[in-house]
Amino acid sequence: MGGLTRYSALSLLRGALNGQKHWQPAWSDPEPKPSYDIIIIGGGGHGLATAYYLAKLHGIRNVAVLEKGWIGGGNTGRNTTIVRSNYRQPQLHNFFEFGLKLWHGLSDELNFNVMFSPRGTLLLGHSDADMVRLAQLGDSHRCDGIDAELLSREQVAKFCPLLDMSAQARFPIAGALLQRRGGTARHDAVAWGYARAADAQGVDIIQKCEVTGITQSGGRVMGVETTRGPISASKVAICVAGHSGQVAGLAGLKLPIESQTLQAFVTEPVKPMIDTVIMSTALHCYISQSDKGGIVLGGDPDRFPSYAQRGMPPPVEKAAAEAIALVPALSRLRVVRTWAGVTDMSFDGSPIISEMPVNGLYLNGGWCYGGFKGTPVSGYTYAHLLAKGEAHPLAAPFDFGRFARGATIDEAGVGPGPEAR
Amino acid sequence: MLLIKCPHCGERAQIEFSYVRSLDSIVTLDMAPEEAMATLYARANPKGVSDELWRHSYGCRQFLTLRRHTVTHEIVAVVPYVEALR
Repeated sequence: MGGLTRYSALSLLRGALNGQKHWQPAWSDPEPKPSYDIIIIGGGGHGLATAYYLAKLHGIRNVAVLEKGWIGGGNTGRNTTIVRSNYRQPQLHNFFEFGLKLWHGLSDELNFNVMFSPRGTLLLGHSDADMVRLAQLGDSHRCDGIDAELLSREQVAKFCPLLDMSAQARFPIAGALLQRRGGTARHDAVAWGYARAADAQGVDIIQKCEVTGITQSGGRVMGVETTRGPISASKVAICVAGHSGQVAGLAGLKLPIESQTLQAFVTEPVKPMIDTVIMSTALHCYISQSDKGGIVLGGDPDRFPSYAQRGMPPPVEKAAAEAIALVPALSRLRVVRTWAGVTDMSFDGSPIISEMPVNGLYLNGGWCYGGFKGTPVSGYTYAHLLAKGEAHPLAAPFDFGRFARGATIDEAGVGPGPEAR
Repeated sequence: MLLIKCPHCGERAQIEFSYVRSLDSIVTLDMAPEEAMATLYARANPKGVSDELWRHSYGCRQFLTLRRHTVTHEIVAVVPYVEALR
């Protein structure tokens, strides 16, 4: 267990006087114990958040987080860092809105600067029909107390001056729906902050420990086999989005999930030019600027199953073309880095936070390409499920059984399958 | 980008093709509801060799069967859908 020294301006100042010698590792590196109350498989943001809330809110501290690589080395560090709650369906927007409220207090909560920046998420409309749809979307938010502002074309031009508002614009902008409380955060800091805070609560974070088997007896989970030996636990919580199907397969389960690659890329750093997050109803690209200055861009997944953590040029080309059409000033920036993550594409586009048909086995996955924003609320509600044995009301709609009941939560309205999302 | 050898058109760029679904998840009309449900939703999602239904959407529009590796992206075989993989 790491003794937590509180980060503060005073400790920085003190450090300035003693050559910054006061810095300690932010979390410890324990050997796995033979047994825990709860094992969380996966040391990404969601798994670490789950461990943190288990300890903090439910007093369950005999918990191990098993990570096959290193903390923040998977999807947590591979996304476009966008945080918002502007979904149309109540199950989704109420869930993510609870999360957005957690985001707004997260740096204080964790005593770790996650650099959450509520710079607004701007969803552009390009026609009268788009604007009707955006007005309906905004109404659905406001009915549940979630902020949404419908902007006219003139207001959009003022809010984000670099958008192409000319008469020749490839995608003419008719207006937008703005969620001012949305924004971006530093994704690595989210993983590190939760890891440090969970470690301080007594959680064991065990890196380079891959789960190779899930042991069962009489329909009950008994623990896991790992590359660092067997570990027993009466509850095993899968939290490995991207590889959910693989890990659930160790327990003999098949999931309504297919793994696909999602790419993102970033340009050379430039002076501040885009102080919001730009999205579009008609296009599929996300444009924001990191605090370092790089323009962060994302788009469609590579639409075929892959675990390769590398993608193909067409989705990058498409996202770049769309971004340049919206913000012509981007056209001369050089791309300095592209990367890819493996996403759990669920069959209705919504996550799964649920107990599973094996007693003591739980699943948190199926986040498609929208998991980063869900990190706090995912951990919060998953911890509730693990501690109390029943779903948190906000996560109850996201149970594994919804597919069999026909109660899917299909925001895009495209039916069962990951191929059309 | 993948280079896919369509059995009808020859080697073409991946962007002409679309992935449809894994071969073991094709629902047929004679399936009972439970069987259809299991076939549609319970996916093996293999990390390794995968047999899949693809379509040459922007070419000959024929359905194809691909045997493909989901980590290396190696394409082992492409045959018309009606022919069984061996």
